[in-house]
Amino acid sequence: MCLAIPAEILSIDGDNAVVSVGDVKKTVSLALVEGVSIGDYVLVHVGYALERLDPAEAERTLAMFAELDETSTSNKDEVSEVNS
Amino acid sequence: MKYIEEFRNQKLAKHIAERIQHSVDPSREYHFMEFCGGHTHAIFRYGVQDLMPANVHYVHGPGCPVCVLPTSRIDLMIRLLREENVILCTYADLLRVPASERESLMKVKAEGADVRMVYSTQDALNIARDNPEREVVFFAIGFETTTPPTAVAILQAQSEQLSNFSVFCNHVLTPAAMSGLLDAPAVDGEVLNLDGFLGPSHVSSVIGSQPYEFVPEKYQKPVVIAGFEPLDVMQSTLMLIQQLNEGRCEVENEYARVVNREGNRKAQALVAEVLELRDRFE
Repeated sequence: MCLAIPAEILSIDGDNAVVSVGDVKKTVSLALVEGVSIGDYVLVHVGYALERLDPAEAERTLAMFAELDETSTSNKDEVSEVNS
Repeated sequence: MKYIEEFRNQKLAKHIAERIQHSVDPSREYHFMEFCGGHTHAIFRYGVQDLMPANVHYVHGPGCPVCVLPTSRIDLMIRLLREENVILCTYADLLRVPASERESLMKVKAEGADVRMVYSTQDALNIARDNPEREVVFFAIGFETTTPPTAVAILQAQSEQLSNFSVFCNHVLTPAAMSGLLDAPAVDGEVLNLDGFLGPSHVSSVIGSQPYEFVPEKYQKPVVIAGFEPLDVMQSTLMLIQQLNEGRCEVENEYARVVNREGNRKAQALVAEVLELRDRFE
């Protein structure tokens, strides 16, 4: 029920926006968000953009996934190449 | 697809699994409740449990309000459909949920009742606009994610004077569900054995992480707000283990690409304007 999908805003018309997820396009309501613009990614849930996705935080989280600690035996190059 | 596939990367999954293996204290057990059905889905679909050490256990949480909706609520709508000939608009999740007497919305629809499956409250409004001579009822259900769209629809109906549109409100709150769990009495002498929570992801995008701060403060259980992708679930598990290892107990946010402490103020204001809080559901 609470599933939501990150979608890119392609165009905005008043309180509605056309968003795309892969090849699928859909019109969603912007009634719940403020200050979004074309090219932003928003979380789409039951036909509404629920929140803007923060690209910098997404990068930080991906970097956190690849973090190494002193006990880790992963190959550092192997892990960091995923994020490059 | 951007912001989805990166969070399902196999190499990173192995890496996080390895870090978890190295972080766990082999002399103890870890029981973490993943609050949402979305987390449970990720755990099973991507085999996350198999990547965990044997002493890390997921306790499956309340999931979603559809699964725990009292039967009487569906019975009531079936009666409205049959006796008042309303159009009932509902999210698809509810169609198969059993009502009394082995009924369901799906069954009564097959018998001719006017049940319409909608994707959005906007679809329900359109049905009301297209059928001015009929009463249109929207079966509103869900945690804090689906509540703001219900509030938007009510305000729109009001401004358009769409008098044939009404809402049957079944919305519930996640922090209340969490206190309910933590206050639950022992069943057959067994209390719920929990070391921490993977906190709601999209609900938290609406209400923020702040409403969960009572959990570490009052119940001494750590919470990590966790996204729904498998790497999110795994990283959040690692963060819970690290909190326990380091003797910390706080709300942390793994899902920072969408969630902050305050949440979506616009959505919260709409809900506060339109809906009132009750202490009890029934």
